[in-house]
Amino acid sequence: MKSSVIIFPGSNCDRDMDVALNKYGFKNKMVWHNDAELPKSDLIVLPGGFSYGDYLRCGSIAAQSKIIKSVINFANSGGLVIGICNGFQILIETKLLPGALLRNKYLKFICKNVFVKINNFENKYFKNIKKNILELHIAHNDGNYFCSDNELKSIKDNNQIAINYCNKNGQISEEFNPNGSINNIAGLFNKNKNILGIMPHPERMIDSFLSGKDGSIFFENLINNLK
Amino acid sequence: MKIKVIVTLKNGVLDPQGKAIQQTLNGMGFSNVNEIRQGKYFDIEINEKEESKAKSKVDEMCKKLLSNMVIEDYKII
Repeated sequence: MKSSVIIFPGSNCDRDMDVALNKYGFKNKMVWHNDAELPKSDLIVLPGGFSYGDYLRCGSIAAQSKIIKSVINFANSGGLVIGICNGFQILIETKLLPGALLRNKYLKFICKNVFVKINNFENKYFKNIKKNILELHIAHNDGNYFCSDNELKSIKDNNQIAINYCNKNGQISEEFNPNGSINNIAGLFNKNKNILGIMPHPERMIDSFLSGKDGSIFFENLINNLK
Repeated sequence: MKIKVIVTLKNGVLDPQGKAIQQTLNGMGFSNVNEIRQGKYFDIEINEKEESKAKSKVDEMCKKLLSNMVIEDYKII
């Protein structure tokens, strides 16, 4: 399986993602934002970080970069695209995913482990995954998911919520909502479920000695689903 | 020609920064400040002689980049 990680000026989780993808069997390539063409890939990753210093709005400048046209074409033809953290913000700014990510409700940069519950298993990312609650890491300033009531209805009707913030038992409530996101939304799909944007970082949870193993579960499952 | 744009959050969209500024002002003794909404201001120098053409270009810029229509409104002045 081939993957590509796009690097923007200010990306800082790109190499962690490269390590994670290679560890679980992807042949990964790093792609510079100013390239026009994507290498042949089964998966495109928009990594976390602070592309363009979060100027204007997080992800808004990266969403106009040269490579993004190819990413949009790849996504619209059914290719798998995952955006993590800043990558999620970029997917929102390209309008591949609906809504917006606002400043965290309590104005704090949040850097901690959280639990998320998987809401939809009918997709390449979570089909057959052996746990439905994952412990992952978040590190963001702008992860407060927002959309209009009509948009939220459409998101729910199309089963687009991927993961929700919860406690270790899977309880989803305001108490376990770190950033003020509507309905504790931590990750979203497009309607076709080939595009996934999530705030948590699975690539930071691939070593049980250093952090945790739930990221490993995610990547192992993903590559098995693609084989 | 110079065109100015103001981008503000739509009504109903949470503005935690505006809220923090308001609370700070209240704490400084400006007790009659009820609400603050923070926005963005752009000064755009555009190479265009006709005002209507310049404004229509800036309108396109607002829709495509300067504002996020999901959460923000813009005003061209």
